[in-house]
Amino acid sequence: MKFVAFIAVVMTGALLIYGTIDMPDWADPHAPAALHVSPMYIEKAAEETATPNMVTAVLADYRGYDTLGETTVIFTAAIVCIMLLRRPRK
Amino acid sequence: MIERFEDVIIQTLCRFLVPFMQLFALYVIAHGHHSPGGGFQGGCILGASFILLCIAYDIKEAKRRMTEKLNVTFCCLGVIIFGGIGVVCLILGANYLDYGILHKLLPVNIPEARSLGILGIEIGVGFAVMAAMVSIFLNLASGGEHEEALE
Repeated sequence: MKFVAFIAVVMTGALLIYGTIDMPDWADPHAPAALHVSPMYIEKAAEETATPNMVTAVLADYRGYDTLGETTVIFTAAIVCIMLLRRPRK
Repeated sequence: MIERFEDVIIQTLCRFLVPFMQLFALYVIAHGHHSPGGGFQGGCILGASFILLCIAYDIKEAKRRMTEKLNVTFCCLGVIIFGGIGVVCLILGANYLDYGILHKLLPVNIPEARSLGILGIEIGVGFAVMAAMVSIFLNLASGGEHEEALE
């Protein structure tokens, strides 16, 4: 059974590595993300959101849904910590 | 086991340091539009000020200033502020978390409404991160008993 699991893990890993071959090179200026999304953020973030700090504009406005997920992760960590560890002394 | 002892120098220094840390944390949260910073960083500094109280004094003293109930309330409130602003945008007829539509509620134009929406969610993130830091530290350091840390 362990052998089957090992084969499954290796095959999944190989599949994932095969999937990364198609990805654009690291810091490739002609990657799809660098052609459309990044110039749009750089050119329009300041005037569209009235926020000089581009990082904040992308983090909280354009990618706000992602930040909501991060906040939920932190919230879950705190709640789980209380649920697992909290034990009032009798 | 580490012996607990009262040190006047450390306690006095921390008592003076904590308000300035909290003020700086609020500055980092509110000034995220113009400088590096934002909810996550500011919340961490705010949480660190309470953790400093726990270390310099003891957990009881820190919990006297920030009770457990208040802490959990802040944690939930942060996420509710964040999600609530998104729902308000949804009710006003825009996409979820599309703050531009908030100009219908506030006397500002669309870019400034988006800027204010960013500020609102930064405040929510700050609350949630601060409360999470404090509760994780308290529970891990005291083994969940909240009596004495580093025992």
